[in-house]
Amino acid sequence: MSERVEVRKTFKLYIGGAFPRSESGRSYAVHAAPRSGRSTSSGSNTGAFLANAAMASRKDARDAVVAARKAQPGWAEATAYNRGQVLYRVAEVMQGRSAQLVDEVAAAEGLSAAKAALSVDTAIDRWVWYAGWADKLAQVVGGLNPVAGPFFNISAPEPTGVVAILAPQQSSLLGLVSVIAPVIVSGNTCVVVTSQDRPLPAVTLGEILATSDVPGGVVNLLTGVTAEMAPWLASHRDVNAIDLTGAADASNVSWGELEAAAATNLKRVRRPAGEAEAAVEPDWRLTPDLSRMTDFLETKTVWHPKGR
Amino acid sequence: MTTVAHDLPPVSDNAALTRWLHGLPGVDQVGLEARAAGLSTRSIKTTSKAWAIDTAISMIDLTTLEGADTPGKVRSLCAKALVPDPSDPTTPRPAAICVYGDLAHVAREALGDSGIHVAAVATAFPSGRASMPVKLADTRDAVAGGADEIDMVIDRGAFLSGRYLQVFEEIVAVKEACRRPDGTSAHLKVILETGELATYDNVRRASFLAMRAGGDFIKTSTGKVAPAATLPVTLLMLEAVRDWRELTGVQIGVKPAGGIRTTKDAMKYLVTVSEIAGPDWLTSDWFRFGASGLLGDLLLQRQKLATGAYSGSDYVSID
Repeated sequence: MSERVEVRKTFKLYIGGAFPRSESGRSYAVHAAPRSGRSTSSGSNTGAFLANAAMASRKDARDAVVAARKAQPGWAEATAYNRGQVLYRVAEVMQGRSAQLVDEVAAAEGLSAAKAALSVDTAIDRWVWYAGWADKLAQVVGGLNPVAGPFFNISAPEPTGVVAILAPQQSSLLGLVSVIAPVIVSGNTCVVVTSQDRPLPAVTLGEILATSDVPGGVVNLLTGVTAEMAPWLASHRDVNAIDLTGAADASNVSWGELEAAAATNLKRVRRPAGEAEAAVEPDWRLTPDLSRMTDFLETKTVWHPKGR
Repeated sequence: MTTVAHDLPPVSDNAALTRWLHGLPGVDQVGLEARAAGLSTRSIKTTSKAWAIDTAISMIDLTTLEGADTPGKVRSLCAKALVPDPSDPTTPRPAAICVYGDLAHVAREALGDSGIHVAAVATAFPSGRASMPVKLADTRDAVAGGADEIDMVIDRGAFLSGRYLQVFEEIVAVKEACRRPDGTSAHLKVILETGELATYDNVRRASFLAMRAGGDFIKTSTGKVAPAATLPVTLLMLEAVRDWRELTGVQIGVKPAGGIRTTKDAMKYLVTVSEIAGPDWLTSDWFRFGASGLLGDLLLQRQKLATGAYSGSDYVSID
């Protein structure tokens, strides 16, 4: 029997529930991280060849924003309970594919199998944790406001709209789900620029999302060069908010410039962690606070006459 | 429109007209569609794109043809035509506002002497199923309401059953009804409703029939039937007006309508106009887009070119 020919992989983008190639036709080689943990200063992986990933262009980013905008009203209109169920279903599918995720995280981050498994488990738990918030968030951050008059004054959170996310460069799955789940749980849709050098767990997450119940366009995943797409998303007037977490450790990306570009249409901006310009990636293993959810909410306040 | 060349056969009876129309060369369907597909792959960038966007905006017949149309909606559409983009006063205005005949006077009043035309659909639009006196009254009513242009529909039932003379005479009669008391005349656009004509051969025949009967424009569709305007059909009609000018010296306009929603679509049509009919047709006098949503997308692309940032639907008015 002849030796089996290896199946070489060239992955695609995830936009509007479909898997298109980059409009530019480009792709790039993805390599494993050296077996150590954190990679070199630029975050570049120098190990064995893993697969080819699509290199998205600004036009792919534009198309992804269109898809996210289209999906947003329907996703926000779903009941909070329903969104929670849909997200929980994602965690189920992640669990079913955890072996694949462990392999990919181990290769992408240079972790041992045991550490990678722990990271994947934490990622799935994180997703479930956020799924649980779907129908509780409004109770915690909304409520009845005391006013000096015969009125009910009620504040309720609403999703901001379309959120661009620069996903963390180092933590390829745990970090990724830790920035996506809090954004979509409240009814936002998102366009995610994945880790530049560690995109493969994100590609698999795209396949997981496509085969769970998340409507197409709610999450759009763009693999490629962060510095190429980030300015276009930051200045895009149809993007309501941008999460700059992944600007930390991204090569040729200045989060200050991105924040300035975002100001042109008064986007909500979440800065990367760290002091001043020294952006760092947070420790994703810690249980998060609510800020990643509340940063991408608007507050609707209603006055209603109470009578006597 | 009486300068039809001598070498065209007479249209004295239906048989003669049928001989002439059926004597037109048949359309190579595969070749036509391949040509249209080939023309739609051109990449238009930077200054050419800016020119094309402005040209496309100036060619739009901004249209609202709904049962639920109100005078208020027509007025707001007129306001949009007068100032398409409040953030940029250099934005060109569309060519016309296209409404039902009973609302023509509302549009006329709102547009004043801005130079934007009022186009009204008539002759029992969109089906065309009414008796001749009703169609003519419909037309006169719209002209009296201040319409500069009349978009009539042909009787597809008569056309498909071979009663070409009836269609011909209807167009002639409607053309006559477009006359105003002062001797001037409203422009007549003849809607072929190509989505109901079944074959490309029929589209070519209907185009020649409409041109010979005195239509100033031939228009693809009402927008109420799918498929509406397609690139191959428009290409075919552009060939017809080109050939007609060679044959008779008379230039006829073309208006695709329905289904053209994006800047990219509009670019494809402009490329086709330039390549097939020629640059003479690249003005709003000879080529129009019947559209409503297209203007919004063109404005977004225009803003993108002006500011360098992708724009969003919050930055153009909703229809």
